[in-house]
Amino acid sequence: MSDTLLRISNLKIEGRSDETWMPIIKGIDLELKKGEVLGLIGESGAGKSTVGLAAMGYTRDGVRITDGEVLFDGVDLVKASLPDKRALLGKRIAYVAQSAAASFNPAHKLINQHVEGPVRHGVMSRAESEEDAIRLYERLRLPNPQEIGFRYPHQVSGGQLQRAMTAMAMSCRPDLIIFDEPTTALDVTTQIEVLAAIRDIVDQFGTAAIYITHDLAVVAQMADRIKVLLRGEEVEEASTKEMLSHPKEEYTKSLWSVRSFKRPAKPAIQTDATPVIRLKDVNASYGQTPVLHDVSFDIHEGRTVAVVGESGSGKSTAARCITGLLPPTNGTVELDGEALPADFRRRSKDQLRQIQMIYQMADTALNPRKSVGEIIARPVEFYMGLKGREKRKRVDQLMDQIELPASEFYDRLPSELSGGQKQRVGIARALAAEPKFIICDEVTSALDQLVAEGILKLLAQLQDELKLSYMFITHDLATVRAIADDVVVMKDGRVIEQGPKADMFTPPHHPYTDLLLSSVPEMDPDWLTKLLEERGRDNVGDMATDKMA
Amino acid sequence: MVVFALTYHSCRVSLRVHQNPIGKTNEEHVNSVPKIIAQRLLLGLLTLFVVSIIIFTAVNMLPGDFAQAILGQSATPEAVAAIRRDLGLDQPPITRYFTWLAGVLQGDLGTSFAQANFASFVGEDSGTRTTVADQIAPRIKNTLFLAGVTAVIAVPFAIGLGILAALYRNSAFDKVSNVFTLTSISSPEFFVAYILILFLAVLNPWLPSLSNIYDGMAFSDRLEKTMLPALALTLVVTAHMMRMTRAAIINLLASPYIEMARLKGMKPMRVIVHHALPNALAPIINVVALNLAYLVTGVVVVEVVFVYPGVGQLFVDSVKIRDIPVVQACCLIFAAVYILLNLLADILSILSNPRLRHPK
Repeated sequence: MSDTLLRISNLKIEGRSDETWMPIIKGIDLELKKGEVLGLIGESGAGKSTVGLAAMGYTRDGVRITDGEVLFDGVDLVKASLPDKRALLGKRIAYVAQSAAASFNPAHKLINQHVEGPVRHGVMSRAESEEDAIRLYERLRLPNPQEIGFRYPHQVSGGQLQRAMTAMAMSCRPDLIIFDEPTTALDVTTQIEVLAAIRDIVDQFGTAAIYITHDLAVVAQMADRIKVLLRGEEVEEASTKEMLSHPKEEYTKSLWSVRSFKRPAKPAIQTDATPVIRLKDVNASYGQTPVLHDVSFDIHEGRTVAVVGESGSGKSTAARCITGLLPPTNGTVELDGEALPADFRRRSKDQLRQIQMIYQMADTALNPRKSVGEIIARPVEFYMGLKGREKRKRVDQLMDQIELPASEFYDRLPSELSGGQKQRVGIARALAAEPKFIICDEVTSALDQLVAEGILKLLAQLQDELKLSYMFITHDLATVRAIADDVVVMKDGRVIEQGPKADMFTPPHHPYTDLLLSSVPEMDPDWLTKLLEERGRDNVGDMATDKMA
Repeated sequence: MVVFALTYHSCRVSLRVHQNPIGKTNEEHVNSVPKIIAQRLLLGLLTLFVVSIIIFTAVNMLPGDFAQAILGQSATPEAVAAIRRDLGLDQPPITRYFTWLAGVLQGDLGTSFAQANFASFVGEDSGTRTTVADQIAPRIKNTLFLAGVTAVIAVPFAIGLGILAALYRNSAFDKVSNVFTLTSISSPEFFVAYILILFLAVLNPWLPSLSNIYDGMAFSDRLEKTMLPALALTLVVTAHMMRMTRAAIINLLASPYIEMARLKGMKPMRVIVHHALPNALAPIINVVALNLAYLVTGVVVVEVVFVYPGVGQLFVDSVKIRDIPVVQACCLIFAAVYILLNLLADILSILSNPRLRHPK
C-alpha cells in the first residue's frame, strides 16, 4: 500500500445556473498522504466546499462532476456506484460542516446521531458506540461527557455542538475528515477551544484531513500544507511555513496583506463637546428577560465607535434601542443633547432621518423586486422630498459616491449584484437620508476580506467627507483595528470597558478584553500552541464550562 | 362547515402571530408545553361558544318555519300559533338561545320537533318523547365508525405514498401517484363512489354496494358493508395528505442535517423516514386533522350514495323539515369535532417539536 490516501486529478465540476452548465472547478489536482492535514483556502466562490465534497464523491443538487478522478485508497469515487460510496461515507471518510447547529438533526438526541454511523456501518454495536462517544466527548473536553450526548442539539451551545460533530465524524475512526469552515460561525473565544480540540484529536488518531476555510490565520494553525484556490483554479500550494513567509503569487500576497488596512485614529475628543448620540444608563429586555444593564456610551461627531463583544453580548440590542425599535425599559438615548422618544413611532421624521442603519445581510435588507435606483430613490423622496429630475440627480450623485455609476447600475436588481456591491447599495440608501449617525451592524462579516476592505475604505472616506458618526457593531477585532476611533467592549449586556482605540489595544486590559484580544488568530503557525501553553490547558476547559447555556 | 373553519382558523392564526411557538428559535418566546396546551384548550372552548352563536343565528335565519311546514298552506293562523307556542318558537331569539345553551351545557340537546309535534298534535303526550340525543347517538356512532375505518386505511396509505413519492421524486412513480390522487380529489364524490360500485360491486361482486348497517350487526359484517364508502372517502382524502407529506419532506431535503445524514452514508429511505419525516410532522399532522374532520362533517354525499345511516343523512333530512333542534345539534357536534381534531393536531405538532418538549 502506498502512502497516498487521496489523489484527485484533473477534477472538473460544473454548476447549473438557469438552464446552462457553468464550470465551477476547472481542473484541480490534489494529493493527501495518510495523517496529513491540507488547508484549502480561498474567497467565497472559489470552490473550496465543492472540492471538499467532491473528495467524498458527493455533489450538491445542481452540481455535477464532468471530468477527473477522485481516488480514495484506490477506489475512484467519481465512478463508484452509490451503494459502494455509501459504504465509505461516514465510515472511512467523514464530514464536519460549517454550522453544527444546522447540521445536527433537531429531532434526535446527539448520541443517537453519533451512534448511527457505527451501528449502520456495522463497525460497533450500539452500546459500544455509546461508550466510545462518551470517551470522545471527554477527549474533546466537552463538559459533562457522560450526559451531554443525551441532549437535543438545541440544548447545547454552538461551540460544544461543533465539538460534538467532530466526535461524530470520529465515531467510525475514519481515515479522512473533511472540515468545511468548522469555526466560521463561532465567536473568537469559542473558536479557540474548537480549533484546539480538532487539532488534538486529529493528531491523536493520525486522521488525514482537508481543512477548508477563508481565514488564513486559522488555517495556519491547523494545516501541514496549504492550497490556495481562486475561481475554481489552483493558485499555488506549499507547506504552511513556506506559504506564510514566501507566497509566490500576487493573489496570495494580496490575501496576506488584507489585514494591513488601518487608518490612524483621530485625536482624543474634547470632553465638553455635545455627543451626537449618548446612551445614558440604558436598560432593555425581551419580554421578561433583561438583556441590557445600564449601558452608557457617547458617540461624537465624525468618529467611529466600535462596539465589540461575542454573540449575545447585547451589541445589536443597544442598536435597536438607539433606533427606537426596542424601547428601553429604563434610561435615555440622546441625539445632539436632546432626549429621543423611546419608541421610533413617536419620533419626528427629522429625528428618524438623522439615524440610519446598514445591515449585515445586504442580501435580505434590499427589496429583491426593486432596482438599485429605486431602492436609493425611496429615502431621497421620503426624507428629502425630492421629486422628478432633482431626485434622479441626487440618486446619481449618491451612486457616484459608492462607486457604482448610475449609467451602469441604476436599473439592475439586487440579485444581479455581488455581495460587496449590494453592501454599497445599502450604504447609499443610508446616505440618502443625509443622516448624522449611521449604525453599521456587522456590515463586513458576510464579505470576503478583500471586498470587506473596500467597504471599510469607502466608509472611512465618506466619514471624512460628510462628518458622519458611526457605531460599528462587530465581533471582528481586525475590523476594529482598521477603522475604530473609540472602542466599547460589551459582555452579557453590560459595558465592560470603553475608551480610545489606542488605550484599548495597549495593556493593561480588563481581563475579558484581554481574552478577546488574545483569541484573535494570528498568522504565526505556532500561535495556537503558544497561546494554549500560556493560558494553560485547564483554563480553556473552564471557559467551555462557563459558556454552557 | 366553512363558517367553523374560518372562525376557528382566524383565531388560531392570530394566536400564532403573537406566540409563534413553532419554529421560533428565540428561547424567550418558547412557553412551556402545558401552558400552551391550556391556552389552546381555552381557545377551543371560546371558539365553540362563538360557533354556537353563529349556528343559532344561521339556523334561525333559515327561511320557512316548522309549524308552517308541517301544517301546510291551508293551516289556520291559530293552529300555527299553537304549535309555535308549544315548541317555544314564540319566545324572542335571545331567550331561545340561552334556553338552548343552558340545555346543551347540561347535556340536553333538546327534543326533536318532528317527534314532539307529532305527540302534541295528536293530543296525547305519552311522556316518552324522542330526544335529539337519542336520535343522533346511533347515527354519530355509525359516522364515527365509517370515519375510523377510513382513517385507518387512508392515513397510513397517504403518508406512505407521500414518503415514497418524496423518495422517488420526479420519477414515473411520483408522477403517477400525483395524477392518480389529484384525479380522485378533483372528481365529484358521487362519481368516485359510483365508479367504485361499478368495479367492486357490479362488475366484480366483491363488496356490497348498499351499506345498510344496523345495531347488533357482527363487526366483520359491519366492516364489509362499510368498506365501499370507506374506500370512496379514502380516495377523496388521500390527495391532500399525500401531497403535504411529499412537499413537507422535500422541503427539508436541502437542509444541512439531511446532507449530513447522506454524508454519513445513510440509505435514502433512512434519510427520509428517520431524518426528514420527524421534522416534517407538524404540517402533516395539521392536514391529517383537517381531513379527519372532513370525514365526520362532510360525508353527506357518500352516505347518500351508499345509503349509509350516518349523521350526514339525518342532518339533511332535518334541514328539509326544519327540525331546528336536530339541525342545531348536528351543527354543534360537527363544530366540536372540527375544533377537537384541530386542537389535537395543534397539541401533537407542538409535541413534535423537540425545542418545546425539551426546553433548555
